[in-house]
Order: sequence, then C-alpha cells, then structure tokens
Amino acid sequence: MNATPTISRPKREPLAAGSESPVVRRTLIGLAVAAVAAFLVLPLSAILIEAFSQGIAVYFASLTEPHTWAAIRATVLVCSFAVPANCVFGVVAAWCIAKFDFPGKSVLVAFIDLPLSVSPVIAGLLFVLLFGARGVFGPFLTEHHIKIIFAIPGMVMATVFVTFPFVARELIPLMEAQGSDDELAGLSLGASGWQTFWRVTLPNVKWGLLYGIVLCTARALGEFGAVSVVSGLIRGETNTIPLHVQSLYDDSRFAAAFAVASLLTVFAVITLVLKTVLERKTAAALEGALTGRGRREGERA
Amino acid sequence: MSVELKGLNKTFGEVATIKNLDLAIPTGELVALLGPSGCGKTTLLRIIAGLEAPDSGAVLFDGESAASRSVRERRVGFVFQHYALFRHLSVFENIAFGLRVQRKRLGLSEAEICRKVRSLIELVQMEHLAWHYPAQLSGGQRQRVALARSLAVEPRLLLLDEPFGALDNHVRRELRRWLRRLHDDLHVTSVFVTHDTEEALEVADRVVIMNEGRIEQIGTPEEIYDHPKNLFVYSFLGHTNSIASPATPSEAAAEGSGEVAFVRPHDLIPVRDGSDPSSIAAQVRHVQFVGPVVHIELTTLNTAEPIEAHVSRDDFATLCLQPGETVWLRARQVRVFAPDALPSRRSEFQSGSARPRT
Repeated sequence: MNATPTISRPKREPLAAGSESPVVRRTLIGLAVAAVAAFLVLPLSAILIEAFSQGIAVYFASLTEPHTWAAIRATVLVCSFAVPANCVFGVVAAWCIAKFDFPGKSVLVAFIDLPLSVSPVIAGLLFVLLFGARGVFGPFLTEHHIKIIFAIPGMVMATVFVTFPFVARELIPLMEAQGSDDELAGLSLGASGWQTFWRVTLPNVKWGLLYGIVLCTARALGEFGAVSVVSGLIRGETNTIPLHVQSLYDDSRFAAAFAVASLLTVFAVITLVLKTVLERKTAAALEGALTGRGRREGERA
Repeated sequence: MSVELKGLNKTFGEVATIKNLDLAIPTGELVALLGPSGCGKTTLLRIIAGLEAPDSGAVLFDGESAASRSVRERRVGFVFQHYALFRHLSVFENIAFGLRVQRKRLGLSEAEICRKVRSLIELVQMEHLAWHYPAQLSGGQRQRVALARSLAVEPRLLLLDEPFGALDNHVRRELRRWLRRLHDDLHVTSVFVTHDTEEALEVADRVVIMNEGRIEQIGTPEEIYDHPKNLFVYSFLGHTNSIASPATPSEAAAEGSGEVAFVRPHDLIPVRDGSDPSSIAAQVRHVQFVGPVVHIELTTLNTAEPIEAHVSRDDFATLCLQPGETVWLRARQVRVFAPDALPSRRSEFQSGSARPRT
C-alpha cells in the first residue's frame, strides 16, 4: 500500500459527457487515499514499529514465551471447531434458502444476519446467562461436571455465534443465481441426492464457499468481545491471541503486546490476499451462472 | 416407452397452469408441445419428468403409474433450455456423469464407461472438443453435449425444454435437422417444448398445440396446418388477416351472419383488374422487401381495415405497385370459424400472433 496519492490521468479515454471534471476527480481520489492512509496504513505500520521497538530478540522472545504459545493453541483450537461447524451450518442454511421455498424463509434469512447486528459482548453474555453457574442450564452442568463457561466449549460457542453469517451469506446469492437446474440434471441422470450434492452443488459453489471460510476464519481468529466474556481470561488456558494481546498490554508489556498483535496482522494480510483472489473466482462463477440462464427464468410454462 | 397423461391439473399459487389435460404419446414418436409463453407447456414437460408433481391426474409410463417414481427412477432424459451442463467437468466427464453415478448399479467398468462416452461423443460430433469445458463451447455445442449426456443413461423417454431457444437462427436450423435425424436413428420417445411454429412443424411427428393450460389441437404438422380446429390454432401458426363481413369475399359471404373470415397474407393475390365480384379494393400503404418475398401493407377501401399481402418478387415486379395506388385483392383460401370457435377476445389473439415468434 502506498501512502502517497497517485493520480493517473486517463490518457486515451476522453471524459464522458456529464462526468466529473479532473479537479473534482483528483480531489475525491486524494481524499480516499488519505483516509486509507490515516486510518489503515498508519496504525498497521505503528503495530510493526512498536513490535520491533526493543529489537528483534525481544520480538521473538515474546512470540515464543509459553503464554503466547498457549494463546495460539487456544485460538487454533477454537477456530478448528468453530470454522468447520459454521461451514456445515452455512452450506445447509444456504441450500435451504436458495433451493426451496418454505414459509418463514425470510425470518430465517433475518436470523442468519442477527449476529452481525448484535454486539459481540451481548452475544458472550447470552452464553453466560445460559451456561454460567447461575444460568439456565448452570445447575445441570455443575451436577454433571461439564464446564462450558470459562472453558474452550463456551469460547467455541461464542465464536460460532459471532461468525455464523459469513459462509451462509456468501453462498446464498451464488446458489440462488445458479438455480437448481444443475441439481435436477444430476438427479435425472440417476444420481442420488448425496451424489448430486458432492458432485454438482459443492463444485459449483466451491469458490464462494472458500471465500466464506476465509472471512469466517479471519473473524474467528480476531474475535475479542464475545470470547472475552466467556473465556474468563485464564492465562495459559483460555486466553486466545486477541485476549493475550490485551493481557500483555494491561501489564504494560507494550513491545510484547505489539509483537503478538503483529501475528494477527500477518493473518490479516494473508486473508486480504486470499480474499481478493477468491472474490474474483466467485464473481466469475456468479457471472457464469447469470449469463448461462436467467433470461427466461420467470417463465415456467 | 409410451406416455399417457390423464386429467392432469396443476396450479401455481392462484394461477392454473394445467387444466384437466389428457394426452397420449405412443412409443418412438417425436412430439412437439407448441404454444405461446405461459401456456403451460414447460410445466407439462416438468410433470412428465417428475420435476414437478401434478395437483391431480395421472402420468402413465407404458400403462403404469409413474407417480411413486422419483426423477432418478423414471429413466427420463431431460435437456434443459440453458443446458445445465456441469461447468466444472469437461465434455467427456459431463457425458460420463450418469454412468459414473450409477456405476455400481449398472455394473460398469471404467473401460466400458470410456467406450460408451466415446461413442456418444462421436454421435454428437464433438471428438475434437472432448476435453474442453462448457465455458469454452458455443451454444450449439453445449446443446449437443447436453443431449449426449442425457442419452448416456439410455433413457426410455427424452424430454427437451426449448432445446434451441437460446441459439441463433442459423445454428437452430442446423441443430433441429440434426435432432430429427438423430431421432430417426435412435427412435427414443421424445417430447420437446417450443414456441417456434416453424421448428415444431419441421421436426415433430406430431404437434400438440397448447393454450392457457389446455390442448387446442393434436395432429401431424400437415393436419394442423391444413385443418386448424379453431382461430387460436390458425392464428398461432402464421400471419392472419381478418376481413369483417359485408365485403367478405367468396364463400364466407354466403355463410353470412356477421362472421369474420380469415386469410393468410400469402393467400391474397393483388390484381389490377377489379371485375371479380369477390375481390376487395384496398389501397397500398407500404411495400417491404423481405428476401424473396415482398410484404405489402394495405387498407381496405370500404372498412379501412389494415390488411397484409405477401407476394413473390416476380409477381410484384409484374404488378409494379406504388404506395397510394388502389388494387383488388383476391383470396386463394379463406377460413371461417364457427362463432363458438371464435374466442371472445379475438383482437388479443391476433395481436399476439400477428408476427411469428422466433
């Protein structure tokens, strides 16, 4: 990313009638680039500068200390449950919504988006109220020695809740655009429902699904609010990477905090690259679906 | 396999798309379901395939009810309007799909599958494109792959939903002749849906004309064209001119009683000599050269109705008509439909069929 505004004048294409004058255009582009620089590039570089402020040795020492490793393990553990779970939920939900018409469909669509509009902290509290010691299922859980809150299961649940919409929201428009002719073709050729799913539906949505998984993983890795409520912040046990950054910062170990934060930054950059690649693939798949059909979509007679 | 439909009904929401429909298709026949958009022809096809369930009525395959059989058990090949090819599979793998998913049931070895797919690829003349993906093919090629794919599982019945609808005119003509020849070789019972009259008349053994969820007429292309049962069929099959009574030429006048006579543009002969009492006087408005035919738009002098005549270029050259001139029109053939066969919303039918839909 380049912080200096680069404005290239269109050389061959003349200005279309009614479009902005070069001055307006330059100003707008300049403003956008300045905003990106001020709010994204600057803070990101600050993280790296702070992380290395006490030298490379301190940087690597803070990454290899046991609590950091524990935080990485906890994060990977939570993600390895939450992401596959949401992958399955997302595919099933998108399948239902895109391929079938049923009463209450719009309600289901609204519910899928619910986690996006609920504050993650509220989501975390919700699980505490359900599974905490004084929660609805509290007595039952205590009796059977099952620990959900202040343990990994609760953190997985909170993460699943927060990242629920990502896969489904990617797949619904793609599946809707593709319609169900391909599946019907599969069935008419003698494939079972299961074979049709694996051999037709899944390959058709693979790029969209991967895109959803990338977004879901990115969110799951970085989730702070919901997880901080249910994790109990037990160092070396239930601290995930973002929570560990917070703990280090609270201890005034700034270089260490930023070193761990730089890990998340690296993930973010990887996500960004993957996202860009997959976005193109998904757009191509969507376009393919739209040009292949659709014109006479409404005609069922 | 023969197909019989008995008393079928299907309603989508409030709209009845199929109304108490009966139809029998004998084994080995190639049948066209022809009708305007929204007449229920695609719904009918989907019901036969099992993609849609009828509200009431029976679908019989070789005399046995197919109601309990799912899409995959019916052994019906379905060719979709937009092909529905699997875009992640090559031409070869698309055609092999049906054989692969049923491999165990059919007891096929990989070599047998390959052999079969190769022979189908030859049948649809796609040898050089076997490893291409659908996105790399033209519309006509995709349609041929879709057909080969559905033939791979040896369907007892082949259903095609507007198979040439998304293709340009030239490819469409070529492909429908090819389909006709293919059917002559394979003799699999086939039903295809179309809204293109020419296509139906050219390809099918029998044509079923549908309108508003009902069958208007069933017959061979000749029967349908030469003896249309009612005005709908008549006007759907080509251009029509309506000629209101007083000046109605020939026998229509004799039958009288305010009936309307209909005549096809190519059955009207413009002449300069007005001595024939059955001819009607009309003024030339526009003249258009459409390839080998000349379209002449006129208005009748007494009723000021628009009327269209099609003549060959040679005939036009001898007549040498200019816009504004008055000529007399003689009719080669006129049709009069009994009042009960005249739909009440006549004008609507005419406007809907004044131009052939292609």
